[in-house]
Amino acid sequence: MNENAKARLAGNLLSLAHKLGLFIAMAIICLPGLWIVLASFRPTVEIMAKPPVWIPQDLSLDAYVAMFSGVGQGGIPVIDYFSNSLIVSITSTVISLAIGMAGGYAFARFRFRAKSSIFLGLMLTRTVPGIALSLPLFFVYSKLGIIDTHFGLILAYVALNVPFTIWLIDGFFRQVPKDLAEAAQIDGCTRWQAFWQVEFPLAGPGIASAGIFAFLTSWNEFALASQLTRSINSKTLPVGLLDYTAEFTIDWRGMCALAVVMIIPALVLTFIVQKHLVSGLTSGAVKG
Amino acid sequence: MGALKRLRPSTPFLLLLPAIVVLAAVVVVPLLLSFYSSFTPFRLTQPASLFNFVGFRNYGRILTDVEFWTAFGRTVLLLTVALNAEMLLGLGLAMLVEKATAGQRLLRTIMMFPMMFSPILVGFQFKFMFNDNIGLINNALQSLGLTDQAIPWLIDGTLAFWAIVVAEVWSSTSIFAILILAGLLAMPKEPIEAARVDGCTPWQTFRYVTWPFVMPFAYIAMTIRSLDVARAYDIVKIMTDGGPAKRTELLWTLISRTAYADARMGLANAMAYFAIFLSILFTVYFFRKLAAARTQIGAEW
Repeated sequence: MNENAKARLAGNLLSLAHKLGLFIAMAIICLPGLWIVLASFRPTVEIMAKPPVWIPQDLSLDAYVAMFSGVGQGGIPVIDYFSNSLIVSITSTVISLAIGMAGGYAFARFRFRAKSSIFLGLMLTRTVPGIALSLPLFFVYSKLGIIDTHFGLILAYVALNVPFTIWLIDGFFRQVPKDLAEAAQIDGCTRWQAFWQVEFPLAGPGIASAGIFAFLTSWNEFALASQLTRSINSKTLPVGLLDYTAEFTIDWRGMCALAVVMIIPALVLTFIVQKHLVSGLTSGAVKG
Repeated sequence: MGALKRLRPSTPFLLLLPAIVVLAAVVVVPLLLSFYSSFTPFRLTQPASLFNFVGFRNYGRILTDVEFWTAFGRTVLLLTVALNAEMLLGLGLAMLVEKATAGQRLLRTIMMFPMMFSPILVGFQFKFMFNDNIGLINNALQSLGLTDQAIPWLIDGTLAFWAIVVAEVWSSTSIFAILILAGLLAMPKEPIEAARVDGCTPWQTFRYVTWPFVMPFAYIAMTIRSLDVARAYDIVKIMTDGGPAKRTELLWTLISRTAYADARMGLANAMAYFAIFLSILFTVYFFRKLAAARTQIGAEW
């Protein structure tokens, strides 16, 4: 075999190995989720079958119908949980975006004393583990009588989201050249007008993705919600999922269906923002 | 005039005020309260016990508590194993995707898939897969004839720990992969070509050219992860709830059990401070690394 053929063979083998590696990696990423989606359409007998049934014999929407008609499934009020999740997540996202925009703008456009310590300080409030924070919050909330209310949960999620929203929005405002707003001011805009008419539209897509990130954090949060909620007044979906495991027999199919209901909004929203999210997190990593 | 100007708060302060107020009200003040209550034998069932100051008794009890230190060690072990595995796998995945010639958009989208799963869902999904009776993994192993009896993944203490590590790594590798990929894509091509012309081996090119450039991106991922390490609580809570026989008890599940099941709030708050300091330590460490890596890159490129 001459040198050329050898090199070509090595190259082909390498590209084959690369494709194989990529395929295995993608399979590991996708398989668990797909398995849950599949299980939610299968009858319980088939899920429990021994030896296992690999090729689905009959698929149906029964689990979803049962879940949303409020019967069966051990009486788990999915619709209530779903609307609680939606109310709490959307409200806390809007509030934390407003606060985050103010804070992010301050970090991106102003020089002030102890700037980086204040930034680190804000981030550190985010590091407090949810379960550790839930202890005093539980006590304070029950004294104030706002346990098991939307308000209490929204307040907690705003605090949870603000540090990260500030980080992201700071990054997006940095990407907007300072000169643009200055030019607008020279042309007679006030600083306030320059912000809304020049900087805000340009940073808009980034701010939207910060909002979606905040929404997902609230949508997915469990540690705080599991202690600060008690009944259908404010229980969110992640806490509701645990309702299934508290029983002696686990309704796998129902749980899978609820899992799919939880994942769909997250899936759609993440697709929309994926590009901006990465650029927001990495902005400044290269330029410093 | 001058005095008046000094009294007027500056614009950035006003802009940051709402954030500071909310964080003070929801995080700082409650934490001060819990710090105080960690010096009392406070029980939820006996509100008066909040005013019974006992000094360092709770902390003293923790220092000699074998159960606590086992959970603490296990938490550190879990984080070390998981973060390193996530970093390495994330780097590998990012490089695989970067090399792909076709369908890169699709691959990147699939790569983000685990990020959309809330930790509680990840826990449930792996609880389902690792189930000894009906789980995908045992079914597959048995159908392939690799084993004839069911492996008790979540019932055996050691296996359950590794099952949790798998779930944790599955859910967070994508954060590393996405950010490292962003670094690889942003990297200028000239230094790599120059290295090749100068006769570097692929390993040398990676080690001395690619890696230093990508490093800050890996540290961003580390910082984001360290802000959120405690979410392993959600995964463990649903997969094993600290069982079997406390063999997968982490710091966070121990805190929640002490506080809510045993109602010993004071003791749990003292434990929580260990957890908080662990998190802060992680974050400050990676934040520093990130800052150092940024300045290094700034100097070289």
